[in-house]
Amino acid sequence: MIKPRHIAGQAVAYAAFALMIAYFASHPVYRQHDPSNALLKLSLTHAGQKVGECKERSAEELAKLPPNMRAKTSCGRERNAVTLEMDIDGQKVFAQTAKPAGLSGDGRSRFYDSREIKSGRHVITARMRDGNDPKVFDQVAEVTVELAPRQVFVVDFDEENGKFEFK
Amino acid sequence: MSNPIKSAVRAGLFRLESGWDMLVGRESNPMYCLGAMSWFFFWIVGASGLYLFVPYDTSAVRAWNSIEHISREQWYWGGLIRSLHRYGSDAMVLTMMLHLVREWCLDRYHGARWFAWFTGVPLIWMVFSSGVTGYWLVWDELAQYLAIGTAEWMDYLGIFGQSIARNFLNPGALTDRFFTLLIFIHIAVPLFLLMAMWVHILRINRANTNPPRPLVIGSTIMLVALSLLHPAQSHPAADLGKSIGELNPDWYFMALYPLYDAKGPLVTWAVSIGASLFLSLMPWMAFGRKRRAAAVVTSDLCNGCGNCASDCPFGAVVLRPRTDGLHSSPKLAVMQPDLCTSCGMCMASCNKTNPFLPHTGETRATAIDIPDFTFDLMVKRVSARTHGLVGKNRVLIIGCEHGAVLDHLKGPSVGVLPLHCTGMMPPSLIDYVFNKDLADGVLVTACRPGECFYRLGPEWTELRMNGERVPKLRGAVPRERVRLFWAASTETKALMGELAAFRVALEELPPMERPESTKRRVAE
Repeated sequence: MIKPRHIAGQAVAYAAFALMIAYFASHPVYRQHDPSNALLKLSLTHAGQKVGECKERSAEELAKLPPNMRAKTSCGRERNAVTLEMDIDGQKVFAQTAKPAGLSGDGRSRFYDSREIKSGRHVITARMRDGNDPKVFDQVAEVTVELAPRQVFVVDFDEENGKFEFK
Repeated sequence: MSNPIKSAVRAGLFRLESGWDMLVGRESNPMYCLGAMSWFFFWIVGASGLYLFVPYDTSAVRAWNSIEHISREQWYWGGLIRSLHRYGSDAMVLTMMLHLVREWCLDRYHGARWFAWFTGVPLIWMVFSSGVTGYWLVWDELAQYLAIGTAEWMDYLGIFGQSIARNFLNPGALTDRFFTLLIFIHIAVPLFLLMAMWVHILRINRANTNPPRPLVIGSTIMLVALSLLHPAQSHPAADLGKSIGELNPDWYFMALYPLYDAKGPLVTWAVSIGASLFLSLMPWMAFGRKRRAAAVVTSDLCNGCGNCASDCPFGAVVLRPRTDGLHSSPKLAVMQPDLCTSCGMCMASCNKTNPFLPHTGETRATAIDIPDFTFDLMVKRVSARTHGLVGKNRVLIIGCEHGAVLDHLKGPSVGVLPLHCTGMMPPSLIDYVFNKDLADGVLVTACRPGECFYRLGPEWTELRMNGERVPKLRGAVPRERVRLFWAASTETKALMGELAAFRVALEELPPMERPESTKRRVAE
């Protein structure tokens, strides 16, 4: 049985408990991004070109193979690392080389970047190297965009059409 | 306890709990049953979640609307249940974290208790996972923030075939299947949590998973009142085409996310994994603490009564069929040393732990004994500590080495006997003190219930002294000469005051009638 002198104490204690739960359940306020800025996301997964050229197998080589493995060409599995760069208004803001995934290095290279950017007009340039020539960027694309506050602008790569995608 | 920070925190905790006792009454103080409170809030969250599952729409487009419908159209019932679900889970996190801190403060995490501590660490991950996936389901801006943050955090591990964060790149990327998966996770994780909570208390005898009724009633009223006065609200619906500005996060679940925003995935993983590893290994980092020898059963004296198995706080003693033929009883108490904390409660519960029983030679034997503080040593210490006491109000204080500092109370008329735990005192020892005219009064002191370094020591002591649990204090023992007083390690002064009052009361009592045998011994 609760003693009368404890009733007031319990009211205070439960009120404090409730206050603590309620307050930290939604306060203090947290700001992740400045609402006047836009958000630029660079996200793509892309498989680099294969490292070696495919080789035609000779009749002798084919004869040595089990019947179910007699493919006419022999191709290595390993892929190139992919290098990705991005400029905003001529300033390089992102440059990364990602190795292909997988134990045999035959998977996709993965990139992810998320950054705030002032809203307004910007020129965004993306460059990607996935081939065997280290001096050449195999894919280059540029876009001029008018970004609104809080807008999320995504730079991706369209694998079907083989080109950068801005959305 | 050598760690000064821990000592200071513990002293503060005891003072807080003592003050809280005075404010709300011991029965309504949640600090003594924080683990049980977490269980209670788990049931609240589970029951309210079952209701919410029915009207919830597992679709990316309609999820937010269905929650809004529950909250606004059914505010009187659905909104209440939703708020109970949220605040109950917040309360569970709060009590769980307090439970962790309190067990650390009271040094209750190493030795035989490693199992409960170690299995408690995954519970933290499970509770947070349950909470975060629950917030995802609302699919408002907060959910968007959490979903993207968690996905980026997970992607950093590089173990998933596809990038999870790409699911949240733009509105078209998200599918209903993702929400079906989410609700499956949100139900499955709490079910695993329940199982893990059961494992967590496996090695605890009489684990308290139900708080006292006043606390259940009070907490329920509090949660309902809070839900009605300050109902849980959603943020605006998620829009993957818009970035997140200001949020009102639930900090009980989301404290790590701003760290992720500020320092990135590597630091966040390092902190979370590092903290978990550190917590998990804490039982083995309690350097310098020598584990006491486990209790030992003397087979030929054990009559298989089962008192020790019933009283052991950690289930270290079990009854097994007897095969040695050393006693006619069909069962025998068997000690599991790994689970024993050497508290001595089994020794006190044994019906062979009685100083009046005849013994051969100079050593008193009992069926279950503590090697480094045997029953024989206890009886001999009673004689030694009361030897030479003078006056008409001689007092023997029997207490616990973890409670008030007994050495400060020693005096010409006062002897003290600290034990591993007051629960290791057989009630017949008090009878023995009077029978042998060793003192005029016995003051038994123990830590406050719920603050016992072991578990259940104060509870068993009180029940035994009140004659409500075997072994009982004999009815013929003059109750006015026996006093029980709870005193934490910070309450030595209060114990001094109690001792002074007890001695005054003893002074006013008529001389005690001693048994004939005792009179003869005294005359000799």
